[in-house]
Formats: sequence, C-alpha cells, structure tokens
Amino acid sequence: MKSLTMRCFSRIVLAGAIFTATLLPIALTAQQNKPWEKIPIPKLHEFKPQQPKRIELKNGIVLFLQEDHELPFVSGSVVIPGGSRDEDSAKAGLVGLYGQAWRTSGTAKMNGDALDDLLEAKAAHIETGGDEDSTAVEWDSLKGDADQVFSLALELLLHPKFSAEKLQLAQQQEATSIVRRNDEEEAIAGREGAKLVYGANGPYTRQPELATVGAITVADLKAWHDRTIGGKLIVGVSGDFEPVAMEAKLRAAFEGLPAVKPIPARHDTFAGPKPGIYFIDKEDVNQSNVQIVGLGTDRHNPDVPALAVMNEILGGGFASRLFQKVRTELGLAYSVEGGLSFAYDHPATFNVSVLTKSASTVDATKAAMGEIAGLTTRPFTQVEVDRAKDNILTSFLFKYDTRDKVLNERVLLEYYGYPADYLETYQASLEKVTLADVTTVAKKYIHPETLAVLVVGNGPEIKPGLDELKLGPVKTIDIAIPMPGKQAGEPGAAEKRQ
Amino acid sequence: MQSRIRTAAFLLGLAVVGIAFAGAPAQDLKSFEQRITTKVLPNGLTLLICERPDAPVFSYATFVDAGDVNDPMGQSGLAHMFEHLAFKGTSQIGTTDYAAEKVALAKVEAANDAYEAEYLKPVGRDEKKLIELKKIFLQAQAEAHKFVIPNQFTDIAERNGAEGLNAGTGLDDTMFFWSMPENRLELWAYLESSRLADTVPREFYKERDVVIEERRMRTDSNPEGRLFEQFVATAYVAHNYGRSNIGWPSEVSQITATEAMAFHKKYYVGSNIVVAVVGDVKASEAMPMLEKYFSKVPGGPRPEEMTTVEPKQFAEKTVAIHEVTQPIYLEGYHRPDYRDPDDAVYDAISDILSNGRVSRLYRSLVRDQQIAAGAEGVSPYPGDKYPGLFVFYAVPLPGHTPQEMRDSIHKEIDKLKASDVTDDELAMYKTRTRADLLRGLADNQGLANDLAEYQTRYGDWRELFLQLDRVDKVTKADIRRVANQVFVAGNRTEAWIETEAPAAAAGKDGGAQ
Repeated sequence: MKSLTMRCFSRIVLAGAIFTATLLPIALTAQQNKPWEKIPIPKLHEFKPQQPKRIELKNGIVLFLQEDHELPFVSGSVVIPGGSRDEDSAKAGLVGLYGQAWRTSGTAKMNGDALDDLLEAKAAHIETGGDEDSTAVEWDSLKGDADQVFSLALELLLHPKFSAEKLQLAQQQEATSIVRRNDEEEAIAGREGAKLVYGANGPYTRQPELATVGAITVADLKAWHDRTIGGKLIVGVSGDFEPVAMEAKLRAAFEGLPAVKPIPARHDTFAGPKPGIYFIDKEDVNQSNVQIVGLGTDRHNPDVPALAVMNEILGGGFASRLFQKVRTELGLAYSVEGGLSFAYDHPATFNVSVLTKSASTVDATKAAMGEIAGLTTRPFTQVEVDRAKDNILTSFLFKYDTRDKVLNERVLLEYYGYPADYLETYQASLEKVTLADVTTVAKKYIHPETLAVLVVGNGPEIKPGLDELKLGPVKTIDIAIPMPGKQAGEPGAAEKRQ
Repeated sequence: MQSRIRTAAFLLGLAVVGIAFAGAPAQDLKSFEQRITTKVLPNGLTLLICERPDAPVFSYATFVDAGDVNDPMGQSGLAHMFEHLAFKGTSQIGTTDYAAEKVALAKVEAANDAYEAEYLKPVGRDEKKLIELKKIFLQAQAEAHKFVIPNQFTDIAERNGAEGLNAGTGLDDTMFFWSMPENRLELWAYLESSRLADTVPREFYKERDVVIEERRMRTDSNPEGRLFEQFVATAYVAHNYGRSNIGWPSEVSQITATEAMAFHKKYYVGSNIVVAVVGDVKASEAMPMLEKYFSKVPGGPRPEEMTTVEPKQFAEKTVAIHEVTQPIYLEGYHRPDYRDPDDAVYDAISDILSNGRVSRLYRSLVRDQQIAAGAEGVSPYPGDKYPGLFVFYAVPLPGHTPQEMRDSIHKEIDKLKASDVTDDELAMYKTRTRADLLRGLADNQGLANDLAEYQTRYGDWRELFLQLDRVDKVTKADIRRVANQVFVAGNRTEAWIETEAPAAAAGKDGGAQ
C-alpha cells in the first residue's frame, strides 16, 4: 500500500486525446523570436567527483571507503554474489525468503526481534535482502553508534542463525504477494512481457509459487548462505568517519576470511520471444496495457552508446518519436515510452509500453509499432541526433553529483568487472556518436518482425479486436495462480481471475 | 513527494535538530541561517535560496498554495488540469505566431461553449446539430494546432540537462520541480517564471483527455484506487477533501480552458507562490537575476480562505466493495489540521503504531497473530492543510478477512486508550524523528521541496527545525488523551474489499466504475 498517492503527476501522465480528426502536420513555419537562446550559459563550475578509496585484500575481498562529513551518519553494505537467477527452480522464491528471514532471524547472540529493539531505539538500521544476482547486508546509523552497529552487522553477515518461525513469517508474506499478483494490471503486464522474452521458467522470469515457496526449509536458507558467503564480497562504507581508523577496522573484520571462491561467469543466451500477439483478459479495467517486447543487449556491447542515442530518439523524452507521435500528435496513448535496454552481464530486453483506453488499443499499438519500424525506414535527422545527445550529456552530471552515487557506481562496476573509469569512457563514447552510427545500430538491432505484442486489458471493451493487428492468431495467456493441494480442473484448483 | 501521506508524515516528523547534534557542520538551524536567503518581491512572491555548493547542480521547487481542494463546485480536477497546461508553453515558447494563435484559441473556446450548451440541454437536444457543433469544435482545434510547436517548453529544459522534470498536484497544493547544472540557472528562471506568468491554454482539450486517461489508470483500473476514492467520498460530507482530486469523470470531461485560466488568474498570484532553489548557487549574485524574472508573475490579492469546515461526524459509516481482487481493510478517523497544537501527538501515535518491525501493529497483526502481511496507522490523509483523517489499514494474509483486521486494529487502539505507551516507545519516536530530519537534508530536491512547503505553510522555513519543540513536548498523557478523543466509533469510516468469486462477478461491470 505504498500507493496512498493523491498527487497526480504530469510526467507519468503522458498522452491522451481523442480528437484524432484534428490531426494536422506540425507547424512548419519558423519561429521568429527565441529569447531563451540569448540567455548566456556560463562555463560550468569546476568539478571533480571524489572517488572512494579502493583496497583489495589478499583474500580477494574489496573494500571501498567514501568519506563524507556533511551529515553525522555512517552507512555501509556488503554485496555477496549470487541471487535468484542462481536458485533451484523447484525452490523459486528462495532468495526472497532468505533476504527476509536472514535479518528477522538474527544471530545466535541476539535474535532478530532484540536486534530490532536495539537498533530502532538508536534510529539505526541493519537490513538484508536479495535480488536477481546478489544478496546484501546494509547498515546505517548516527556516527556515535557506528562501531556498535558495524559489529552487529558483521555478526549477522558471518554468524546468522536462521529460525523456522521467521522463515514461516516470510513464507506467509510471499504467499500474500503470490495470491495478489494478478490484482494490478501493470504488474501483470511487466511480468508476463518479460516471460515472453526470456521464457516462462528462465533464470530471470521464473516466479515463486505457493508450492515452491512452501517447499523451502531452514536448511535451504543455511545452505544458500554457506554456498554464497565465500564469494567475492564487496564492502562499501560511506559517511562521517575517520579514514585510517575505518580502514583498520574493516581490515580486521575481513582480512581473516578465507580466499574468495571465484564465481563462474554466466553465459545466458536467449532466443527472444516467439513473434505474435498475446492477450490477457482483465475484467475490472478500462485501459489496456500494451507491451511490445524483444531481446536487448548487455553493456559490454560496443554499440551501447549509439543505442543509447537511438533510445533517446525513440522514447526518451517529451521530444522523442513515440511521445510526439503517439501522444502529442495522434493523442492515442496515455503513457508511452521504451527502448532497447542493456544489463551489465546478460542481455536485457527491448520494451515499448503504451497505456490507452480499451477502444483505442489497436490504433495505439499500430502507432507504436510504426515508430519502432520507422527507426530503420525513416532516416534520422541531425537535429534528432543532436537533441538526443544534448538530453543525455547535459544531464550526465547527475550520475555522479553526490558521493553516495559515486560509491554505488564503483561498487556496481567492481561487481560486474567493469573498469573503474567506465562512466568517463562511456561519456566520451556518447559524445562521439554520429548520425551514421545511430542509423547503423538501428538497422542492426531493430527487427519488428521478431517482436511480440502483449495486451493486458478488458476483452469485451477492446473494439476493434486484436486480430485487426494482423499479427496472426491471438494467443491467450493463462495467468491463473496454481493452488497446491488441488488437482488441475477441480473447482478452486486455480484462482482464475477472469 | 509521491504521496500526500508520506509528505505529511515527513512534515510532522521533521522538526528536530540542533540539540543532539549541535556542533556538526551544516546540520543545524544556525548553519542554515547562514546559507538561506529569502526575499519577498513586490508582487508578493517569495524567493528562497539555500547555498549547497558540493556539486555544480541545483534543484528547485515551485510551491503554489492551491490544489484540487480549491476546484470550484462542478469542476473537480481543475487544479490538476491547470498543472498539465503549465507544460504547454507560453506566448513565446511553443508557438510560431502567438498573435494568430490567440485568435484561433478564442474560436476554440467559442466552439466548445456552443457544443456544450447543446450537449447539456435538459430537454430537446438536437443530435444532428450536436454532431455539426462537434465538427466545428474539432476544426477550430485543428486551426489552432497549426501554430503549435509541440513540447517545446520541455524540450528546452531537457536539452539543458533538466533531471527529474515533473510536477504534482495534491488536494492542498501544486508543485513544479526539476534539477539542472548550475550554469543553467538563468535559463531556468526564464522558463519557470514564464510558465507561471504567461500560461497559454494551448492544446487544452487534448490534454483534458490525457487526464481522463490518468483517471482510468489510477482509479478506475486500480482496486486500491477505487477503494480509496469511495472511502474519502464517504468519510466527508461537506469539505472538498471528500472529492477525488483527479476529478469525477463527468466534471473533468467538461472543464473548459476558460475555467482553467480563471483558476490561474485567481490562484497563481505572487502572494500564493514560493520558489525555493537549493544547490551551487550564490544568493548575492543570483537573487537580483531571479528577482528580475519572477517579478513578471502578477501580483493581486491572496485568494480568500475556504469557509467550509467539515461538520463533526456522529454516525459510523462503512463502505464494502465486493469484487474479484484480494481483500484490504481500512478505516479513518477525522483529526484536526497541521496547525493543531496536537499535531506532533498524531505523529507520535503513527510512529509507535506503524514504524518498522518494532511497531505495535506489525508485532500484533503480522508477527504474533499472523493474520496480516502489513498493517499501519498513518496521518493525515488525504491532505494536511485542512482537517484530514487518521487512517489505519491492513492487508490480510490468504484466508483471513477484513473483519479480523478491523477487530485486531481496534484492540490496538483500545490499548492506546487504556494505558500509557512506554518511555522507550516515546523516546524512540523522538530519536527517529530527529534522525529522519537530518537524513532528509542530504538531497537538494528533497530540501527544496521541504523549504518551499514550510515557507508556505508556516510563513517561515525555520519551522522545519523549530518544530523540535513540539515533538519534544509530546507526553504519554497526550497520546492517551488524543486517542480517547479521536478514535471513537462515531468518528469512524470503515472501508474494505471483500473478494467475490469470479463467477458471481460475471455480467457485472467490475467494481466502482
């Protein structure tokens, strides 16, 4: 229920408009007076972001220290390789439960509830969590409590004591999200769109089910911990500390650990979606959520800077082709955005999404598809390329304008094995991207016939129907939630929602 | 800033610096006194600059003391509509020929009036004439569109590095904000002052449909959206807090550009606006420049205060929605506005009941009874400027009902009324509040938003720090007194979703459409 939202935002609130009859070519007359162009833009103040100090211990563990004395806090994290993509599919949900129960269970010396009482009284936090490729312990506190909080976090990192009670609590929480996962249209669309790209039971898409979550035991949590804790830990500490003392403390804590075990590199390959049109019926909505999906790439790919410029032209901002066409000119979509994404160590997805009222589903989808196809058929202009580069490069500064952002970036690069100066190199490559480069990558990566289209919406309201898209027979996706203990076909075997 | 509750809770919670952490650099009121400069311009607009020169960037927040609570009767959603218009450019930005466009826009307005007059005829509506009038209306829009350079305002901002460019309309107020490299300060001042002073009702009727799409997403197609809309509409009988701030469909769909511009004229006057800038900006150099630009905003009298006061509730009310989605339970009790002497007491109650795994509701409903995935009591909702609600909610685990949530929440409320909270609980609230205030100071945008909000609500940004006093003075007796006063059945509205089997839902139109 984070969404007790009463604010309405303009930005998320992209398009709309029904009066398609009013469509006219955009004004071509030149604008006479542009007073804003006469406003001087002075040279930017000199700025060299402060880099954290990096220390590689003999056992392979890496420490980062980022001093920041503005506020009286110290915070830190230990990142541990291995996440949900590495879990056994029969135990899907393991890393999620581990991330919760690790902290709520606590240690042999102090259980999780006692830890809560102690920390909250100091406005301090220690939390654990897991995502697709890693797990982590994080802490933060006022400066005066930093030593004690660090010791507790270290104890939790190295000597957790998983409790059956807290595992059960985590299982209940997870079961609640599972039975609720079809309540919100947006969640369905995001999840099922990714499954079309990566396959339904792949490392990035398999979903926890009541049965897989129910099968997880305390021994599983412990085994996961033992399996991952010996990996290459990355420790990042930032805030108001004395650097010599902090370095000594971190060395004392981590130098004695055994040499880290290397993690075999992943070689994820994906075929991408089966092209076509897919549909999920949801009776209680009056707006369709359309996802046009395919395979993306990873950041090692040298085409990434040119692709970033292409993305900006396609769906990056108010001036992007998707926005201008589908929202501003046609007025067919409400929210329209997307592009080809890059992950650090595996192929990400291509994704364009459009939200539109049920009746305009087909028109909006066609318009968005038209802009995607247009990347290879409608030549880019120098104006478009310049604008896209300006948009990206002028705000590039916001990637490193705080010391915490610089530290987080360095931890990420270390984790995925990228050079420390990746951001600078990337910025320099972006500056060099030409119109010809963008044209080349568009032709290389944009193949509309390989994309899948997913529509989540209210079937009876979608007129004209999805067959009008001429993408072949409409394939309906069953998102019923499997209920353990019932035979398939039996009443209640699946909570069919529509 | 994404939720009124969060903002308001933060607002309540802030307040506390100086004592425990005095002496640290840049962290107390004294250091802010040295870094903050304010100036009230002759038109009444307040400028505030906070120098924070760590990186060559700045963030700003424009805080307009008008929101959807100010929408006139029959025009719910108007303030939000106007906020959308503020991205459409000015007489200089977004047009090829403003003089001609202005004439064309007047024709659009006349055509819309003619169409609406026919459309709203109670008897004798001429359907053929209606089609003809619609055609004329669309044609007039097409003519006006010829002069439009689409999205030029945002294009200039984005090309110059605007980050996090957005705006938000709440019931209480409207905010515009983004961050930029510091060498674009003057360009920003030009853009922001122009759109405040010189708004043009460009592409208004297209944008109106955008907003209706937004309603479809947030409310009609979202189970929680439907529940909350019905909940506040039931809790309030007189005050505009009971009105959906995105607007009722029939009303948003008939708002006119003339009405939006009238709203602008009345509420977007200098005395109703605070602009805060935080970052690598030198006040001595920037203030004269900002003054030059923001003096363009019209003066004019501060809008009159609202007279409606929600009458005392004396009947317990309930809303039950039966649909195929999973169950949720919530209930709300009327409480006073942010100026009430007990404001911090409500914050203390919320913190003790809801903040983290040590909170009473978590420990009771989630950890011990194991009936809920989450449970909280937060306030105020849906706004803080006028008397809002203290809202409790719980998300049942599979197999548990909204009624169990209600009974367990009531038990926790009864405890609060019957016995004092512990010394540790009260101390924890004060410590966490103080630390949260400090943590919030690290972010330019967050700080700009808070400074602008406090300057508006209290007439002095220093209240951000000075509220410490009120937080420190909260006693155990205050908490008991307020709980006994407010958490009573006659002051309560309950609302829940009860899951209905899909078969029974067949043929129904699905929820609260």
